[in-house]
Amino acid sequence: MERAGVFQLGNCPSIETPALLLSTRKGLPHFISPDLLPSLPLPDSSLLQVSPLHFLEGISSKTISSIGGLHKMLGLNDYGLVAVARDSIQCLPESSATNKLGASFETPCGRALIKPTEYMGMISSLRPNLWATLADEVPAWVSKKRNKISVDRTVKWLDECIALSPADGVAFGAIVGGSDVEERRRCAREIAKRNVSGQKTMLCIEWGSANSLKFEGVEVPLRCVFAGYWIGGFGFGESMDERPALLSVVTDSLPKEGPRLISGLGLPEEVLQGVAAGIDLFDSSYIYHLTIGGFALTFPLDTKTNTSDFKLTGMGTDHTKINLKATVYRHNTHHYLGFFQSIREAIKEGRFNQFQQMFVEKRRNHLAEVAVCA
Amino acid sequence: MALRFEILGRFNRARAARLTLPHFVCQTPLFMPVGTQGTIKGLTTNQLEEIGCQIILGNTYHLALRPTSELIDELGGLHKFMNWPRALLTDSGGFQMVSLLHLADITEKGVTFQSPVDGKPMLLTPEESIQIQNRIGADIIMALDDVVKTTITGPRIEEAMYRTLRWIDRCIAAHKRPNEQNLFGIVQGGLDPVLRDVCVRHLVERNLPGYAIGGLAGGEDKDSFWRVVALCTALLPEDKPRYVMGVGYPLDIVVCSALGADMYDCVYPTRTARFGTALVPEGVLKLKHKAMAEDTRPIDPTCACMVCKNYTRAYIHCLVTKDAMGSQLLSYHNLYYMMQFPKGDVPEWVCNAMEVAGIKISSCCASFSSSPDLELEKDAPTKKFDDDEVAFDSN
Repeated sequence: MERAGVFQLGNCPSIETPALLLSTRKGLPHFISPDLLPSLPLPDSSLLQVSPLHFLEGISSKTISSIGGLHKMLGLNDYGLVAVARDSIQCLPESSATNKLGASFETPCGRALIKPTEYMGMISSLRPNLWATLADEVPAWVSKKRNKISVDRTVKWLDECIALSPADGVAFGAIVGGSDVEERRRCAREIAKRNVSGQKTMLCIEWGSANSLKFEGVEVPLRCVFAGYWIGGFGFGESMDERPALLSVVTDSLPKEGPRLISGLGLPEEVLQGVAAGIDLFDSSYIYHLTIGGFALTFPLDTKTNTSDFKLTGMGTDHTKINLKATVYRHNTHHYLGFFQSIREAIKEGRFNQFQQMFVEKRRNHLAEVAVCA
Repeated sequence: MALRFEILGRFNRARAARLTLPHFVCQTPLFMPVGTQGTIKGLTTNQLEEIGCQIILGNTYHLALRPTSELIDELGGLHKFMNWPRALLTDSGGFQMVSLLHLADITEKGVTFQSPVDGKPMLLTPEESIQIQNRIGADIIMALDDVVKTTITGPRIEEAMYRTLRWIDRCIAAHKRPNEQNLFGIVQGGLDPVLRDVCVRHLVERNLPGYAIGGLAGGEDKDSFWRVVALCTALLPEDKPRYVMGVGYPLDIVVCSALGADMYDCVYPTRTARFGTALVPEGVLKLKHKAMAEDTRPIDPTCACMVCKNYTRAYIHCLVTKDAMGSQLLSYHNLYYMMQFPKGDVPEWVCNAMEVAGIKISSCCASFSSSPDLELEKDAPTKKFDDDEVAFDSN
């Protein structure tokens, strides 16, 4: 069930959800120089998703610690920094090389096996506001057995990560389960059982349901509640049609209080599926990929007219066009934040289902027209 | 003439001046970053204003190919096109033809080159260069000159100098917007003092708004370099701006300013940034070096730029040459450095030491500075860079 809420993290201002987390490379948003970040809409743009794997080489954990962690290193004290191992751009899980010791990833510096202790070492030196526990993510086509193992490992690693968690920062429990509804449910229930974030500070959340809106943003002491959930294993080969059931079985198994962050849902249609299932936070690797491909988002936000993406000619392959990419990326980010704004408005006004249907339909019709013309 | 040049302070041959251009009132000596295609790689125009850039140089050759001068004209000129409210200068396009195209052939008519678009021979005449620059609409436009490598000797140097003089009249005749754009003539003549002398005298007769010293920064030895600058600045009129083309090393700028030059351009600060090198008062800092990986100091602890205020050498090291953001941040710092240092903030200890040595430097600090610690670069070759000679280095 879709929901609107308010999310607060560290020094970061309150953000209304469903919300978009900006993708980063080594902690800084792509293309946009940090002094220009305030030109993006605030506070909507103040949550950044960071991959600890970006710091596997070039700088040591010890140096990051002595600088004082991510916020200091990046000069972004007022931003909410969310650490997730996978970035959905360059660092992707490689399930065939993952074993009982740790999770394997393809990264720009080669394949890396990350054990929970190593991962927590990175988290402790980075000190993000929020971090997801280490997961064994598998693609949709793995065997039932392998998928089951991935759930077992992810639950086990959660316990290991939490045992090693630093004093500050909040943990989000990782949920996997591939494209198997039963495994998804089992994993979500296992994780929901564990209430780890205990005395950790944070989160003023009062979740409003679609129909009866409560938006006060009351500080809720989260003593016995799990801080939140990170949902992994999506965008790995599952079909559009099977996704709603997989998402719902997860969110139905989770307590209402915790915010839910997902990786791997990028397209507007996918985001709408996530929102419909009650997901609150999304990553923005989609707009990164669009920008690299030379596309600027132009679909209208009120969904009254046709929707399309607009290709900028002569940009796709020329990698010296850093300024052009920065400009287009800024535009795309702006546009996608606007999309989330429309989603929130639709939820608050109790017309999300209609919004989703209309949006998907208009875009499908438009794409069909374009395809005919081409 | 569409400029005013007022000298505000002098020290021996050096001068500090106010240069009033149609789009901006500039303080000289000044450094102009090169925005090849209407943009400085990795920086927005907002950032360039923030950094203190006064004039940006646009390359006519690149702009004429894409998006074309006609389109720029249609969109209201280069200022509007690139969203830059301050001053602009465009070069004639001749240098890129020679540096980027191997098949360029220079005749009395103009520069013939092979079109990079379809390979057909194309001709750039002095008239056409000015027409294109008139359409682009920069505050300062440059005459088409006959460029030869400074290291060449013999009659070709003389031929090029006299051709440059013949072309200047064609440029002046073709210039349609003298009340909005300032046409600068270019002094040629290689390393030969007699030819340089002839060239300056003939150009000065044309009473142009400003003069450039061309044909330098092409790999000649430094002794020849400074002698040519000294000769030309001595002969050029006091009340007109003097622009040494292609000069960008901080030390060279200090020397030329001491000799009475006012304006400089070079891709060096941004290009070297893309290769991981930062400009610092002590010379240069190579951020790629392993030692940087654990260095938690800023690039330059005395620098007040956004990068030095926020980032450690260790973090820049982690970004540099692998991620575009490394180039962006270093370009920002390097241009900030270039904008700051000619203003003159010579540390007190240098002034004290110089006074003991009998060199009064404190009195000229207000107008120009000899940045103190430039010895690291003293052996750097003089070389005029073209931004496209080397491919972009990352991603």
